Amino acid sequence: MRVLMFGWEFPPFNSGGLGIACYGLTKGLSRQGVEITFVLPRLEGNKGEDYMKVLYAGSGKVRFRSVGSILKPYITSKIYKEEFSRSDPKWSIYGSDLFREVYRYSQEAKRIAEEEDFDVIHCHDWLTYPAGIEAKKVVEKKGSKVPLIVHVHATEFDRTCGNPNGYVYYLERDGMNKADYVISVSNYTKDMIIRHYGINPEKVHVVHNSIDGESEPLLDEEDFEIKKYHKIVLFLGRMTIQKGPDHFLWIAKKISEIDDNVRFIMAGNGDMFSRIVEEAANLGIGDKVLFTDFLSGRDVDKAYRMADVYVMSSISEPFGITVLEAMKNSTPVIVSRQSGVSEIVKNCLVADFWDIDEMVNKILAVLNHPELRESLAIGGLNEIKNFSWDEPARKCISIYEKAIQR
Amino acid sequence: MVAVCFYFQVHQPYRLRRYSVFDIGKNSDYFDHEKNSSIMRKVAEKCYLPTNRLILDLINETDGRFRVSYSITGVALDQFREYSPEVIESFQDLVNTGYVELLDETYYHSLAFLYSRREFQEQVKLHRKKMREIFHYKPKVFRNTELVYNNYLAYIAKEMGYKGILAEGADHILGWRSPNFLYKPSGTNGIKLMLKNYRLSDDIAFRFSERSWKEWPLTAEKFATWINAVNGNGNVVNLFMDYETFGEHQWEDTGIFNFLRYLPREILRNPDNCFMTPSEVIKSYDPVSELDIPHIVSWADIERDLSAWLGNSMQKSAIENLYKLESEVKESGDERLIEDWRRLQTADHFYYMCTKWFNDGDVHKYFNVYDRPHDSFIAFMNILTDFRIRLKNKNN
Repeated sequence: MRVLMFGWEFPPFNSGGLGIACYGLTKGLSRQGVEITFVLPRLEGNKGEDYMKVLYAGSGKVRFRSVGSILKPYITSKIYKEEFSRSDPKWSIYGSDLFREVYRYSQEAKRIAEEEDFDVIHCHDWLTYPAGIEAKKVVEKKGSKVPLIVHVHATEFDRTCGNPNGYVYYLERDGMNKADYVISVSNYTKDMIIRHYGINPEKVHVVHNSIDGESEPLLDEEDFEIKKYHKIVLFLGRMTIQKGPDHFLWIAKKISEIDDNVRFIMAGNGDMFSRIVEEAANLGIGDKVLFTDFLSGRDVDKAYRMADVYVMSSISEPFGITVLEAMKNSTPVIVSRQSGVSEIVKNCLVADFWDIDEMVNKILAVLNHPELRESLAIGGLNEIKNFSWDEPARKCISIYEKAIQR
Repeated sequence: MVAVCFYFQVHQPYRLRRYSVFDIGKNSDYFDHEKNSSIMRKVAEKCYLPTNRLILDLINETDGRFRVSYSITGVALDQFREYSPEVIESFQDLVNTGYVELLDETYYHSLAFLYSRREFQEQVKLHRKKMREIFHYKPKVFRNTELVYNNYLAYIAKEMGYKGILAEGADHILGWRSPNFLYKPSGTNGIKLMLKNYRLSDDIAFRFSERSWKEWPLTAEKFATWINAVNGNGNVVNLFMDYETFGEHQWEDTGIFNFLRYLPREILRNPDNCFMTPSEVIKSYDPVSELDIPHIVSWADIERDLSAWLGNSMQKSAIENLYKLESEVKESGDERLIEDWRRLQTADHFYYMCTKWFNDGDVHKYFNVYDRPHDSFIAFMNILTDFRIRLKNKNN
């Protein structure tokens, strides 16, 4: 099986869960003998390519190709324009806004589709849907057929909390309509795809994300000086409206009123970053909220390990892969009910994102009762041990097979 | 001669509210009245009322040859009175036939036996008093919460005047022996031990509607042949189960009521068979040997132990912290505090915190009023924090 895959980001140059999910899924697929050509907007120089070769050393089944653009997955049109004006002119010849860049990516995809041999096209999120559609056309022009699978990791409704950009919405719906099958990362997202995009439910298959539970040695136990004095509550995610960093601050405010000794670490960057820093000061908890900026690799694990509890306060979270990462680090988790991950994970606490009191109630319970902390940490770790990217990879393969036979 | 002895457990806990950290110090109402009343009404309609009616009919039709026994917890009776008083009347009608025996247990369906003998005995006495008040009845046989049992419990029950006591007929205590005889508890004279025939009991309580079971569908006729087969190698078949089996655990459309309707007739078709209540069994038969049970057994799960209530550290912490307050609570002399403290002892609260089967989402999940075991623990510990504040204010 040969798959032409279109993505936006890949570790270590990722800014969110999408890159982690693509990495995990391609790993799972390649372990099962699937050959993948993974197309990215750009590779971060030679260093990046080397890194990716290292990632797949031995299997040799995943190749990377780039089209040299400044696309970033979570970019908004406005930021794109700013970044565009600063970037190397060689990337700018095609257009001055995000949508022209998406278009350009799709045109490059044609060229790649001409050169490559593949049985399936698999696209990850809306920026790549036009590319997938173009690639499919190239094959059809040659008189043969190839199925198009679009993989929905998030919808515009999640990212904007219900105020979608019309054109993004159009591109998403167009991709889903033209796809042979749609993969969604949760039932929560499948429901959205059916409700907001009018896609036939039978065409939508749920493939939950995963984590390689047994792989990669965990960090050694480390003494964090701060833990001698404070209990720590962690936020880790992009600071955008979708992730509810403002909700997290309100939670922090309420907890501080009850327990003065708790500290809040907010890890991540995003368009709301400066607003959140200011708001913390406005709420009078500027000394209690600590910011780390964007973390990657080992630092992420460190943050989880430092925390007594990880809170995912997202307003709408199609999956929420950070929850699995936290559990792998034996960190108790409180997760927003408006999420996909809460469908499959048992050893965590769940609360509605808007129910600040209930969030506070649960956080305090975890901080105050070691038995609860231990039960969640050990239960979570044991649960995660059975997780592997092989499972979603197998599901994808069976979807590929079904699509090819159609 | 084989006697069939039915004992039905009737119990409903006072379920707790989702008591939040923000309720502490502000709200001392711990119980979810809405949920308790709606569950009580639902179960009354689906199980208690129709099953009581059916049993009454069967007793009348057979002129009392069909007879049964019940253990009804104090908290169930309190909730009947509060939410569904007609259920009490229908139980009174049954007791008034003279063919229904009532057993004693702890009023609050608690695990007090494991933590405080004093509290345990007080709760048993409260239950006794309740039986007298409502049914003008004096039970002679004792059963402990969830059939929690050991030698020492038999000794205490004997001291309290009971002639018989019930326990689980678990394989690991019986070995090659049969549950279909009476036994003498090690170390105590004058009290007889009756053991649950768990295979035949569970055929009705758990497997009745299981389509993958090779004996499905279970008819009264078929069940009667299994009872007949005990003839010659047993005195009594003890069928102990939750009363909610009828209409609630096994819904009406499984045919459970029809099964019960025809069962007495099919069993009595064989002139060697009869029905007895526990006291009659104890009068009729002698123990065949002594049974030594030093360690606790219960009727729960495959393990037949305490792990469903005290298997993890959350459960242990919750219950230990609760019993720690005993002397302070009693010294306070405050009736509301004592009542709340006792209602918090109901075993169900700890059962809801069980993580043992959590990962395969088994039967526990079905009975759990919360989403997750951890949520039950959080509510319970918040309540306990508020309770301690009230206690402190009272005693100061």
